[in-house]
Amino acid sequence: MFDRRTWLGLALGLALAGPAAAQTAPIPVVASFSILGDFVKNVGGDRVAVSTLVGPNGDAHVFQPAPADAKKVAAARLVFVNGLGFEGWMGRLVKASGTKAGLVVASAGVASHTMEEDEGGKSHTVTDPHAWQSVANAKLYVANIRDALIAADPDQAAAYQANAGAYLARLDALDAEVRAAIAKIAPARRRIITSHDAFGYFAGAYGMEFIAPQGVSTDAEASAKDVARIIRQIKAEKIPAVFLENISDPRLARRIAEETGAKIGGTVYSDALSDDKGPASTYIDMIENNIRAFSAALSS
Amino acid sequence: MYDVFIAPFAEFDFMRRALVGTLALACGAGPVGVLLMLRRMSLTGDAMAHAILPGAAVGFLAAGLNVFAMTLGGLVAGFAVAFGAGAVARATEMKEDAALAAFYLVSLALGVLLVSLRGSNVDLLHVLFGTVLALDDATLLLIVSISTVTLLVLAVMWRPLVLECVDPGFLRSVSRAGGPAHFVFLALVVLNLVGGFHALGTLLAVGLMMLPAAAARFWTRELSALVVLATLLALGSGTAGLLVSYHWGAPSGPAIILVAGAVYAVSVLLGPVGGLLPRLAPRRHLEA
Repeated sequence: MFDRRTWLGLALGLALAGPAAAQTAPIPVVASFSILGDFVKNVGGDRVAVSTLVGPNGDAHVFQPAPADAKKVAAARLVFVNGLGFEGWMGRLVKASGTKAGLVVASAGVASHTMEEDEGGKSHTVTDPHAWQSVANAKLYVANIRDALIAADPDQAAAYQANAGAYLARLDALDAEVRAAIAKIAPARRRIITSHDAFGYFAGAYGMEFIAPQGVSTDAEASAKDVARIIRQIKAEKIPAVFLENISDPRLARRIAEETGAKIGGTVYSDALSDDKGPASTYIDMIENNIRAFSAALSS
Repeated sequence: MYDVFIAPFAEFDFMRRALVGTLALACGAGPVGVLLMLRRMSLTGDAMAHAILPGAAVGFLAAGLNVFAMTLGGLVAGFAVAFGAGAVARATEMKEDAALAAFYLVSLALGVLLVSLRGSNVDLLHVLFGTVLALDDATLLLIVSISTVTLLVLAVMWRPLVLECVDPGFLRSVSRAGGPAHFVFLALVVLNLVGGFHALGTLLAVGLMMLPAAAARFWTRELSALVVLATLLALGSGTAGLLVSYHWGAPSGPAIILVAGAVYAVSVLLGPVGGLLPRLAPRRHLEA
């Protein structure tokens, strides 16, 4: 293990040695993960230069900041985080980078869900951080981001207002689209197994049920007991579909699907966007991709 | 009784596959572990496991969670390190453990470098911690083939391998099979670790190889008995570990290794060949 502080100190030195940004240049901001980065890009437009710490297909739960990340944070005017305990590593990174950037919690104002996490037989309650899976929450994120950008850069308030307004309208359309797609699925079939339970807010907002073989964090290894419980449940309740997820072990989901005869759905995205060539390179594409995949597997 | 020991395997296909996988692994890893221990190469297994990881990671980056790409990558990296270290040890004055340390560290660093150049680091955790609960047909066939090849090769090479353990000087004076036998044996170690990492992950695969062998050493001095006992202990640990994982919800890979560890601890205490209590007991008897 490298001594992280040494690296961060080195990176900070490099960052400070770099030339100061010109006043007219876009303001540098950092977003902790790809979905949040997409929101900030949409609201900021060409007035902000967004760097994303956890890139496409990366897992923010187990992210290890690199020296380059501390450099980005040190140079930023604003640092956007999801909050709700999603980025456990962010506090240390901000402190170590010595940045003067304002920290913006994008999920502020979200009615947070809790979830039961079973660990060693006794379950305990944790806050579910994946609030963006409900489009209504995404609109709160966008409003928070807009207000933070206006506060940091009041000269461009009109541009931020206009960008956010246009994007919020697209999110409204997206929300209607999701509701229409769900309405076409018979209520009894709105149940899905996925290898990572990041869809709590989606389930709450749109009336679907998600069951996962793992707890809230992807770093827990599923035990034979968990897998057996899931298989029993699929068989007993005749759950129609199993979904792989881009950041959790696909082999396990495939095995469960094979053993139960449930349909294997296409890839859905929950914690991270895909890269530019993938089907979920933006938030709107991600939600559309997911809802298409759910409908295809459940409506048959 | 039925509910505890049989029902999990009768009810669930994935438990049967996990059982077959661990049993096949145990059959290959048991004898290989005993030979590693007798050759004083117990830590070589661990070093080789690290050496395999980068190869498997490169295979993963090239083709995703593909059994054959990861196996091929692991074999190439493992063989390169094993043969490189073996060649250096035999051609120069450097001892094999030092050569191996040098080679596996380079291999590991190279792998970490390649992986971080490609960005996403997440799925590599699945290489480090395998999924014994998610063995598909291809992986099972691979593991079973590896154990079969291991047992056949061991049957053919048994005499030179054992002789080289106990009296390498004598083997050199009567035959030139020592060198080739050593390399074939290293190849077997690599093969078994590659098979093991699909089920248990690279690091835990070494556990199923070394712990039963080390435990068996406390019960017998006789070589064939040692091999049979190590294999049986590995079989038992695999089965018991799966049951622990099933009934108490422990992650399956660590559960298997910890059961093997418990067996080892009991053997250290009670084993009649150099175990703690049997060593103490006669002394008390004499003093009395």
